[in-house]
Amino acid sequence: MTSLTTPQAAPAAGDRAERIERIRQAAYRIRRNALDMGEVQGQGYIGQALGVADVLAAVYTDQLRYRPEDPHWPARDRFLLSIGHYAIALYAALAEAGTIPAEELETYGSDDSRLPMSAMASYTPGVEISGGSLGHGLAVAAGMAIGLRHQGNGARVYNLLSDGELDEGSTWEAALACAHHGLDNVTAIVDVNALQADGPTAGVLRTEPVTDKWRAFGWHALRVDGNDVAALVDALDELRAHRGSPGVLVCDTRIGRGVPLLEGREKAHFMRVEEHEWQIARDQLQEGTTR
Amino acid sequence: MTSTTPKKRLTTSAMIASFADPGQRTTSAPFGHALNRLAEQRPEIVGLSADLAKYTDMHVFRDAHPDRFFQMGMAEQSLLGTAAGMAEVGLVPFASTYSVFATRRAYDFLCLDIAEPNLNVNVVGALPGLTTGYGPSHQATEDLAILRGCPNLTIVDPCDSVDIEQAVPALADAPGPTYLRLLRGAVPTVLDEYDYRFELGKAAELRTGRDVVLISTGLMTMRALQAAARLEADHVDVAVLHVPTIKPLDTEAILRGARTDRLVVTLENHTVVGGLAESVASTLAFAGVGTRVVPIALPDEFLAAGALPTLHDRYGLSTDAVVARVRDELSGPAGHRPPTSPHVAAAPADPAPATA
Repeated sequence: MTSLTTPQAAPAAGDRAERIERIRQAAYRIRRNALDMGEVQGQGYIGQALGVADVLAAVYTDQLRYRPEDPHWPARDRFLLSIGHYAIALYAALAEAGTIPAEELETYGSDDSRLPMSAMASYTPGVEISGGSLGHGLAVAAGMAIGLRHQGNGARVYNLLSDGELDEGSTWEAALACAHHGLDNVTAIVDVNALQADGPTAGVLRTEPVTDKWRAFGWHALRVDGNDVAALVDALDELRAHRGSPGVLVCDTRIGRGVPLLEGREKAHFMRVEEHEWQIARDQLQEGTTR
Repeated sequence: MTSTTPKKRLTTSAMIASFADPGQRTTSAPFGHALNRLAEQRPEIVGLSADLAKYTDMHVFRDAHPDRFFQMGMAEQSLLGTAAGMAEVGLVPFASTYSVFATRRAYDFLCLDIAEPNLNVNVVGALPGLTTGYGPSHQATEDLAILRGCPNLTIVDPCDSVDIEQAVPALADAPGPTYLRLLRGAVPTVLDEYDYRFELGKAAELRTGRDVVLISTGLMTMRALQAAARLEADHVDVAVLHVPTIKPLDTEAILRGARTDRLVVTLENHTVVGGLAESVASTLAFAGVGTRVVPIALPDEFLAAGALPTLHDRYGLSTDAVVARVRDELSGPAGHRPPTSPHVAAAPADPAPATA
């Protein structure tokens, strides 16, 4: 699959059950990577990383076309992380994808690391845009999608947003642009964990009904349990096949998913985990996959 | 705003006012035509606008290359983010809107999506400084002050149609992001009478002179040349150093020009805060040069609405006002120049503006 003009083929070989199992295993490793990185800092966006791990596993294991050894391959599908603070989750996924060496993860957030707390396109491998300021990703995705289409390049553009990011008006400017320009090579994914910096999204600035809003903006919108791998696969397949308008997958995820210790913790945007708890968290994650 | 002149009052002419003098040679939409010529050579050139193609001379490109023009609607954050995405995949976008919207409204997008990744996006801002009488909403009097602190960004303030025509291909050739202060519509054609070529990052000495050096940028270079000619009649010998690139600044040329006994005057179509005057002053101070700098610039205030000639005279940008200010400075004791009121016109107003 190297031609720039060849339309997208089915993303992954194998039957549905195999695909789902492969994604589940990848999701486990992404969560494990995230816990290891979280331990380096002692605190951070670990709850979000655990929550979004299934989404990233489905995207990187099953949907994206990329070459881990050549992050700038022109025909690659682009994955844009709007929500820069989710970098811990993205690095965990890029290590799983083979783009970042697994041993480099322990440098996360350290001086001179290529893996800062918020990813930098200029020096973090596999990272398409620099994050940190929310509400930027979808507009850049629109520009990439217009440009790729203009050049006859069949690559797709994915943009991971969060429900909190829907507060930013620029997201909706870009949503209008994607629909107006008929960018069916764009797939937006909204991680709805119902939490933002100052508290629950419903109390900070209500964004629901999220799916209806995207539909009103001219998008083909689906909503699934973002921790249900089978549902993610089916929805991402549908969005990939959809033509004529951009697609968005609204994913309801649970903060801390896979680690009961952290799932049950008072919901925190920037979570503190005690030194002795990291091993407990890893053990709980392991138990969850063998149950 | 009131006027005490008994003659018929000039009107705002809203957004389409031109600062060209009546009878002055002009060129129509030099930016749009220059972009067209460039696009014929370079297929990766694309254009975008935020519902202002017609008012930024981008319509010329849109009509010639409809498949390479992308209308983003009245959404400047989306305009600049989209332009960044296009550059990420190898296109060379020119994105036009009004300067106020590109800078005040969408700065985070210019800064983080375009400048930080050092992308070849060329932002084209119309109505820079005081080039509309529409009032503070449209007068980008502080765009240079906002943008000068942005790393990687090249900033160009052209004087006339010649500057614009030569700057457009140079901006596309520059690998990183640029911001062009657009002069649009019927744009004066001035610099073809001088032995001049636009060179990115370089200042150009358009006139030599023993008594005064006018260091000017943008349309104020036109006024500087007019003022120099008028002062010549009074046997005042005035040099003009045109500084079309605000960043990176040609500090060598500025130091050469200002390391002198001559009166040093800066001229800019921008607030006195954070533009050419302070750039020149800091250049001199950082080099240990103690030369006094007389700034001709807009005051640090929100400006009035009205007719451009009235406003340029009131705020000291008209040729009459420049001449008066230089004479004032030459006649007063150094360091104790008599203050000039920004609200008293020293001479008759410029004639009514042509329209684009």
